[in-house]
Amino acid sequence: MGEDRVETLNRTQNPREWLATVLVWGAATLVTAIFSWLLGDILWHGLSHISWAFLTAPPENAGRRGGIGPILVSTALILGVCLAVSLPIGIGTAILLAEFTSAQSLFGRVTRRSLDVLAGVPSIVVGLFGNAFFCKALGLGFSILSGGLTLACMVLPILIRSTEEGFRAVPVSYRLSAASLGLSRTTTLLHLLLPAAVPSLLVGLVLGIGRAIAETAALIFTSGYVDRMPESLLDSGRALSIHIFDLSMNVSGGDANAYASSLVLVVLLLAINGTASWLANYGLHRKIVTI
Amino acid sequence: MYRSAEVFWHQIFGSIVAFLLVSFLGAPGSAKAQTATDQLSGKLVITGASTLAPLIAEIGKGFESLYTKVRVDVQTGGSSRGIADARQGLADIGMVSRAMKDEEQDLHAFPVARDGVGIILHKDNPVQTLSDEQIIAIYTGKITNWKDVGGKDAAITVVNKAEGRSTLEVFLHYFKLKNTAVKAQVVIGDNEQGVKTVVGNRNAIGYVSIGTAEYDESQGVPIKLLPTGGVNASTETVRNGTFPISRPLHIVTRTPPVGLAKAFIDYAQSKAVHDTIKQQYFVPLAE
Amino acid sequence: MTPSSSNTSFRWPSDRLLLWLLHGAASIAGAIVILIAAFLILEALPVLRHISPLRFFTDSSWHPAEGLYKLTPMLWGTLLAMAGSVLIATPLGIFSAVFCHYYAPQALARPYRRLIELLAGIPSVVYGFWGLVVLVPLIGEIHPPGPSLLAGILILTIMILPTIALMADASLANVPQHYLRGAAALGLPRGAAIRGVVLPAAKSGLFTGVILETGRAIGETMAILMVCGNVVQTPSSIFDPIRTLTANIALEMAYALGDHRAALFVSGLVLMTMIIALTIAAEWISRGRR
Repeated sequence: MGEDRVETLNRTQNPREWLATVLVWGAATLVTAIFSWLLGDILWHGLSHISWAFLTAPPENAGRRGGIGPILVSTALILGVCLAVSLPIGIGTAILLAEFTSAQSLFGRVTRRSLDVLAGVPSIVVGLFGNAFFCKALGLGFSILSGGLTLACMVLPILIRSTEEGFRAVPVSYRLSAASLGLSRTTTLLHLLLPAAVPSLLVGLVLGIGRAIAETAALIFTSGYVDRMPESLLDSGRALSIHIFDLSMNVSGGDANAYASSLVLVVLLLAINGTASWLANYGLHRKIVTI
Repeated sequence: MYRSAEVFWHQIFGSIVAFLLVSFLGAPGSAKAQTATDQLSGKLVITGASTLAPLIAEIGKGFESLYTKVRVDVQTGGSSRGIADARQGLADIGMVSRAMKDEEQDLHAFPVARDGVGIILHKDNPVQTLSDEQIIAIYTGKITNWKDVGGKDAAITVVNKAEGRSTLEVFLHYFKLKNTAVKAQVVIGDNEQGVKTVVGNRNAIGYVSIGTAEYDESQGVPIKLLPTGGVNASTETVRNGTFPISRPLHIVTRTPPVGLAKAFIDYAQSKAVHDTIKQQYFVPLAE
Repeated sequence: MTPSSSNTSFRWPSDRLLLWLLHGAASIAGAIVILIAAFLILEALPVLRHISPLRFFTDSSWHPAEGLYKLTPMLWGTLLAMAGSVLIATPLGIFSAVFCHYYAPQALARPYRRLIELLAGIPSVVYGFWGLVVLVPLIGEIHPPGPSLLAGILILTIMILPTIALMADASLANVPQHYLRGAAALGLPRGAAIRGVVLPAAKSGLFTGVILETGRAIGETMAILMVCGNVVQTPSSIFDPIRTLTANIALEMAYALGDHRAALFVSGLVLMTMIIALTIAAEWISRGRR
């Protein structure tokens, strides 16, 4: 990517060309400036508070002092539940939509439409649903389990869309050769198609994790506020983004730790995004499948 | 970049493992030290007022260190949520950050601390005092410029609280206002958002928990508390009962508390938590 | 393209089992939206049963404690903030993708793309926090009070910009190289070639990007709650504070009981309807294209 620029383009100097160049550079500079300001602000205020102790210690004095150890663990557990549920359902749906359903069939069409809508449902509405369904109707209460399941609902459309693209990108000849060899479709799927679709599955996965880890609104009503080290999935656990929200909005003198927690979250995202683009690039060079 | 990300993940993973180890191995060790008080066990669910939530969570931690088999779960919400959850049995204990109403006499209420509601302005605002009538006029939109109350020529930004907040109810009750009559320019959620809004706007007027404001003032945040009814707004005047807008902070139960809930309520009302209460900038009840 | 065109029937038992499992997974995934809608309606029913739905538009104000449930100002708030931010973010995002592909030197394009990718994942709380302590006071200096529709539009613009920028970037990458070579051979200058050849070729990808960013703009909650002022009113200028439907739910849900709570679920239903309408519109427009 990025190598597709065409240097052969004629760079005639007329006023409209000059204007276009100024506009494009101006927009890029503006975007960079705004975001450097934002990131610089977080870095400037947060960096001095980050230490090994901050990452591991429990919060003290309502989060003004101490660290974010239990909160990182809760966040990881919520993510774990989310992925454990959304991965099998997501991959299964993607396989069905890409391999076994024609684009015109009613089942495929209905499922795809409903996923399109789900992708757009505001997170706060998903949160309301999670509270009413997982916490109340299923009786899970404020818990890591409820939070993870709610996030799974949000992540599914991203995961399915990306995985489906991966399956569609596998050349039809793979399937035809497998069929002519008399392989069952299950075998074809597990040994041929799935490995080929793994890179785009991973990209979808990482995008989903990014969305889930940044979520605040849906978690307030489902995974709750307790900042203790969780002992089971039925315990309530505070996610990192909720911790930032509470420190900056409800706890006087919480700003320093709010900045530091934001920085941790940004670094986590940086790591996840880095993994995503690395996997995407790696996947491009690895189209040959070994059984 | 991947390399640093990898290192970071190793650290996170390491910390998680370390924590699991500590929580599994550390627990029996500390339990041994306190065999005498180990008979209480179980989980206590407490929900309600966001003002009280940080305080009760801290008291809960103190309680957990006393009784190692007990877990105290605090969920934030509002006073009305605390009342409703306690009534329906969804929570063992509810938190209510105001005086109990007549229709709530079916619940058993236990005061744990006091708090005042103070008017705050930006530090650069030359106005030093406002009478109750002036505040009512500002909040109902009859006075819209600071020059009418002795300040500079600038439009007043009125900061109000969102519906359902106890701070709002206490404020409206003292000034005998209806929320429909209030003409606000900004509506906020929690206390700290109010402070940040006033800090960001030299011409704003707001009201927040006095403890919050006093702490921020002491940290050099550019706000000031106005006296109300001629009494300085401070935790001290709330303590001695002279400050007019104050509220008791309650925890409530549906039935007379027994066992674990009773032990917690006794602990929350004991002198042992006074330091915790002061740390969270509330006023302990007089002995 | 239908990959299932290979005419193998499902004669293996394992194939039949697999198909059942896949149908199960897809049914769950497809049912979530229906479940969400069902629960919203279920929770909204208590208030819809004794209050005519019309009252959500004709009441004098939103004061649920006093039995007044007007949603229209918040609907306007949501729509205006969305429209404003989409109008600013779309050209900015497309320009920034064009910059990446055709203007920036290689050494600059890559880090620039990384930056945008990072911004796509930063949580709304962080944007809101920054908006509250940096942006809002700045606007307050220009025109008090500060928390306003403008602050909301700007913060939303920053938040949805990565979405459109990345989508535009991906669709520009898909424009075949020879289109540009052809344009160059005709002697078209760079700007004209991009305007006349590249952007029309990338139209459908750009369109998807706009739909996605619009969805995000409607659904954004926490940042909007922190910078918009949250006064329930139909704004008469961009310096007036507003409250969006999402902020309304986040602000009052934890405090709401009975009819008030049910009315907030009605706000949720309204949001859901907007998203469904957006999806249908997108479908309709892209079908008209074909």
